[in-house]
Amino acid sequence: MSQDSVTKTIGVATGICLFCSLFVSVAAVKLRPRQVKNQRLDRIQNILQVAGLAGEEGDPEALYQERIQPAYIDLKTGQAVSEDQYQPDQVESIPAEQDLAGIKLRPLQSVVYQRIDGQTMARLILPIQGKGVWSTLYGFLALEEDLQTVAGITFYEHAETPGLGGEIDNPNWKSSWAGKRAYDEDGNVVIEVIKGQVDPASSDADRQIDGLSGATLTTRGVDNLIQYWLGENGYGPYLKRLREER
Amino acid sequence: MSSYRKALLEPIFDNNPIGLQVLGICSALAVTTKLETAVVMSLAVIFVTSCASLFVSVIRNHMPSSIRIIAQMTVIASLVIIADQFLKAYMYDISKQLSVFVGLIITNCIVLGRTEGFALKNPPGLSFIDGIGNGLGYAVVLLFVATIRELLGTGKLYGLTVLKLTRDGGWYPANGLMLLAPSAFILIGLFIWAVRTWKPEQVED
Repeated sequence: MSQDSVTKTIGVATGICLFCSLFVSVAAVKLRPRQVKNQRLDRIQNILQVAGLAGEEGDPEALYQERIQPAYIDLKTGQAVSEDQYQPDQVESIPAEQDLAGIKLRPLQSVVYQRIDGQTMARLILPIQGKGVWSTLYGFLALEEDLQTVAGITFYEHAETPGLGGEIDNPNWKSSWAGKRAYDEDGNVVIEVIKGQVDPASSDADRQIDGLSGATLTTRGVDNLIQYWLGENGYGPYLKRLREER
Repeated sequence: MSSYRKALLEPIFDNNPIGLQVLGICSALAVTTKLETAVVMSLAVIFVTSCASLFVSVIRNHMPSSIRIIAQMTVIASLVIIADQFLKAYMYDISKQLSVFVGLIITNCIVLGRTEGFALKNPPGLSFIDGIGNGLGYAVVLLFVATIRELLGTGKLYGLTVLKLTRDGGWYPANGLMLLAPSAFILIGLFIWAVRTWKPEQVED
């Protein structure tokens, strides 16, 4: 049979594909449990970090079990749902004019995390996500016990340009969020990520975050997703209920 | 020099894939801000380029020329996925830092360049060694660039403080340029200059 006959070409192509897919499948299936474990540990460590517990001694898993309490909520009503009723897979499409974060689908329910000090909640940790330049950013935003002040932010998954948009991982930038005012007295979202540097003398300095230089679109993406998740279509109803309950 | 030794050692300085052929620059800029990521990236590239050369060489006598590029890409892509899955399972932190660049080994011209240019014409053992040699050639440049960038940019080597930074109360002011991609261009340029001064036969007219 000639080297370039159609039969031979198809035969070799099929052979290579079968052989390669065998290796890829085995690697993917065999390594999956370890990867899932790593992802879970990474998520826990990110939660501990925004909760301000990252420096504590001991096993992160045990620390998480001890100090962090998940709460399951219905996003629209802000009411709690029990763990058995929690269905993270239920989503609905977001009307285009409301879709600030560019995520198209929103879950009907969500899980939030509370850092418990003694008996009371010391910090509230909200999962956030939204579109950057290249990728969807996944992270957590932590609010102080007053539910108005930002305690911290972190992103655990994204694929923004390293050195530019990737600077959302920069510890200095992340720490600039702590202490900023997220809501005013009437419960309106006032925090914003601006383009360029915040003028420290300005009266708005306590509610503005520096934009990332060279990463206008990532900066805008972060601002949009914060507006979305703190707003009426995000955790707004839930936070309103918590404030009223006090 | 035996042909095996030549295949292994020649790509390191005499025919360096980055230095002489100027291939694989993209990832050399991206993953060299720290030595740790550069080491892992180098190992991943050595693995992919050596195994890809081996497999392509094994089937070289049955390779239909009409689909040879796509067939090589299939082999390379599979190996890259395996390397990526392995990193995600055993070195999760580093794999997060390397992010897309492990996947981008698929498009690294060094790998396809060696399978197409060498493995299709040479026996498996020699191709395998040639793949390792070219991976090492890539690694030498990456380690050179990463050592200088990490040391001058953050005062550390492999995460350990060598030069104490002024912002931590030391004497060394960190050079921020070293953490940005242009510094890798400058360093690779200096590397090429140095090698060509040492081996003038590499100079193009």
